[in-house]
Amino acid sequence: MPHKIEDIEVRLLLEAIHLRYHYDFRGYSIASIKRRLRQAKDRFGCGSISILQDRVLRDPAMFAQLLGFLTVQVSEVFRDPAYFEAIRRKVVPHLRTYPSLKVWVAGCSDGEELYSFAILFREEGLEQKTMFYATDINPEALRRARAGVYPLDRIRQFTENHRKSGGKSSLSDYYTAAYGGARFDESLRERTVFSDHSLVSDEVFAEVHLISCRNVLIYFDRELQNRAIGLFRDALVRNGFLGLGSKETLRFSDNSNAFADFVREQRIYQRRGDQ
Amino acid sequence: MRTQPTEAVVIGGSAGSLEALGEIVSSLPAGFDLPVLVVIHVPPDRDSIIPELIGGRTSLAVREARDTEPILPGAIYFAPPDYHLLVESDRSLSLDYDLPHMFSRPSIDLLFESAADVFGSSLAGVVLSGANADGAAGLRAIAAEGGVALVQAPETAGSREMPEAAMAACEGAIVSPPVGIAKQLWRLQSNVG
Ligand SMILES: C[S@@+](CC[C@H](N)C(=O)[O-])C[C@H]1O[C@@H](n2cnc3c(N)ncnc32)[C@H](O)[C@@H]1O
Repeated sequence: MPHKIEDIEVRLLLEAIHLRYHYDFRGYSIASIKRRLRQAKDRFGCGSISILQDRVLRDPAMFAQLLGFLTVQVSEVFRDPAYFEAIRRKVVPHLRTYPSLKVWVAGCSDGEELYSFAILFREEGLEQKTMFYATDINPEALRRARAGVYPLDRIRQFTENHRKSGGKSSLSDYYTAAYGGARFDESLRERTVFSDHSLVSDEVFAEVHLISCRNVLIYFDRELQNRAIGLFRDALVRNGFLGLGSKETLRFSDNSNAFADFVREQRIYQRRGDQ
Repeated sequence: MRTQPTEAVVIGGSAGSLEALGEIVSSLPAGFDLPVLVVIHVPPDRDSIIPELIGGRTSLAVREARDTEPILPGAIYFAPPDYHLLVESDRSLSLDYDLPHMFSRPSIDLLFESAADVFGSSLAGVVLSGANADGAAGLRAIAAEGGVALVQAPETAGSREMPEAAMAACEGAIVSPPVGIAKQLWRLQSNVG
């Protein structure tokens, strides 16, 4: 069957973005990208993806906006409370044994996951010896993560999640209402380095004890998933921990034998000491 | 104007759809082996027991859809709670954590539209009982590609809004009670076109 025109246009656009802006979406799930490119096309009033391409190639500011369509910025503070509960109950006791800790939140989006960890580590008394890295490819998301301001109407859900995750304090201890939003306390991000890092094209930058990378791999094809998991293997100390999203797995990865199930239902793995 | 034999079926439903779905799968004759992808609206925060419930009523393999998995004949795939289910151009499954569509994640429209994109006229779509309009735009997209559009007859549905919205969006849709839908699906598989 011949390719549909729109499929050809999508591929060409991704190729063009790679050549012009060095963002590589060519191995991402096309179904999801295509849907969001259609939304972008309408938003920017372009009659076709080709016209969108023409404009994006010539206008970096427009590319910056398009990035917000190419990536999915959906997250919650303490999203999947059972995951954070498992981190708290099963992983934290191991982390206590280290004199200092490094934690990498990969694909941190607008920061919700980073603040979840910062709060959890403070509650568990680990914060002072921990350094956090929060990375993403979307500079706007990183900017919002650094700002740590969320619409007030999301706080109820965050609070509920935090409580269900076994939270030992009140979430309201960590934010103040400001500008119609809730602003998370600056002290929570004092020990965090936010940075632009791609699991598709960048290398390992530190040796870490815990990596949380949730709902990023679902956007990758198997080859990219494999690459990302290779990075995680190389970045983790022996017996370090890797947490994935609730529908993500190491099953298809060449590196799966470098990891053992740690909390199976929550997709938490431990880097083997012997591989 | 059908040009291709049917190669896959997508089904969507919400309130009241589980009974209809159970009736459909249990009425499908042995030998039915088109892959079936299903979105049923479920609460986001627990594991769904639907695959288990439906699995008890069919000899087809019933499973929760997993990211990057190829779509195989003889299997029914359910979208997991809290994720959209999409079809990739190489006919594998993919999950998406984008915002809910019409308050729903998984969304029927998103599955139907991406499947219509990939399977074109070789797709059949079924909209079952439900209390909102998710699925209507998706069914229209399937029909626009030349695929087969089926809707549960509203008088047999626990909630009529979803079938009625689908009928309004897609005028050529075949409207039938669940058992009739099963017959149609079997016919699509057995007589090519
Ligand atoms: C759905 S969000 C996940 C947010 C959060 N981890 C969670 O699970 O709630 C996916 C994030 O992955 C980021 N992302 C996409 N491609 C990436 C890449 N190659 N490297 C790092 N992050 C990436 C997106 O920008 C987006 O912020």
